[in-house]
Amino acid sequence: MAFINMKNKEIQAKIVYYGPGRGGKTSNLEYIYKQFRDRIPSDMVSIKTHGDRTLFFDFLPFDVGKIMGYSTRVQLYTVPGQVKYDATRRLVLKGVDGIVFVADSLAVQREKNLISLKNLQINLAAHKKDIFHVPLVLQYNKRDLDEPGIPILSLETLENDLNRQLKVPSFPASALNGDNVVLTLKRVIALTIASFQKRL
Amino acid sequence: MAPHHEKSMNLTEYAPGQDQLDKIEQILLTDLIASGVHCVLLIDFAGNIIAQGDDGRSQIDVYSLAALSAANFGAVEAMAKIVGQEEFALLFHKGETGSLYFSKVNNELLIISVFGKEIILGLLRMKVADAILKIQQIWKST
Ligand SMILES: Nc1nc2c(ncn2[C@@H]2O[C@H](COP(=O)(O)OP(=O)(O)OP(=O)(O)O)[C@@H](O)[C@H]2O)c(=O)[nH]1
Ligand SMILES: [Mg+2]
Repeated sequence: MAFINMKNKEIQAKIVYYGPGRGGKTSNLEYIYKQFRDRIPSDMVSIKTHGDRTLFFDFLPFDVGKIMGYSTRVQLYTVPGQVKYDATRRLVLKGVDGIVFVADSLAVQREKNLISLKNLQINLAAHKKDIFHVPLVLQYNKRDLDEPGIPILSLETLENDLNRQLKVPSFPASALNGDNVVLTLKRVIALTIASFQKRL
Repeated sequence: MAPHHEKSMNLTEYAPGQDQLDKIEQILLTDLIASGVHCVLLIDFAGNIIAQGDDGRSQIDVYSLAALSAANFGAVEAMAKIVGQEEFALLFHKGETGSLYFSKVNNELLIISVFGKEIILGLLRMKVADAILKIQQIWKST
């Protein structure tokens, strides 16, 4: 639920990184934080376990600059990917305006991606949102693992598994070394802003 | 706009008018900041800041505070449901020199007050309750 402040000419929108546990959601935000220190007014907030698993969410406010005269800030969140944290995942989705689904390219995680995407659809529905109508981008993460010869899913397989019906923009990426992390972010911001531009 | 209120709640974005925001900010200042509250935020449950006021001295990371407060409030509400309660009325975190007080305005909005020793909780609760009544009236007309 984006907030448009007519008075201060300001937009706040909420973008959530969703996906299976250990898929690289937090790593995406960490890379963005490192890369854009100057556009981020505060520290990254992470509520996590001692083992660095997200427990509730990560939070990063990101200054996009002016869009049609409105200074625009997107609030980036991650959800905890582990199955058991479904209740907190649903909470973080409240008022979401745009979503990045971070899929894990590891071959052994194929099933986990499918389960998590299905879970996203269900949790969006709990907020009366339709996955087919929410600004959504898919990211196929950990492409760098191809190099050391670790079995990863082909892009065709990932497309076929996850994007056959959705038909949304998708990007191969590596949150570890930053490949396409910013491109993913830019695309989801563009889709999100476009979805409520008619109101400005 | 008032007759469309129900409908507009379903939109994925909302925008109260400049007038309403001015009035709300005025309430935050005269009812709360003037009574000794250091910083007050009106946020929605997505964690967006709708309006804010401060005493000019507080240096608080308001965006993180808003995000955490919305999540915390949501978590407490979910816990209330688990033990069969509609909600827990009072959410208050007391520190040595600074404290936080959360109060629900309506199904969309939450007020967070950051305050110190200058104001006692009883008085703060009264002031916040007053402010909430006024904000509810204004919000209804958006
Ligand atoms: N090789 C490689 N490793 C990655 C990549 N992205 C993340 N990782 C690693 O995968 C592990 C999990 O990454 P996180 O970013 O914590 O994953 P997450 O999705 O936030 O996990 P949860 O918080 O449990 O939901 C970490 O050890 C990361 O370093 C990537 O692109 N390539
Ligand atoms: Mg994480």
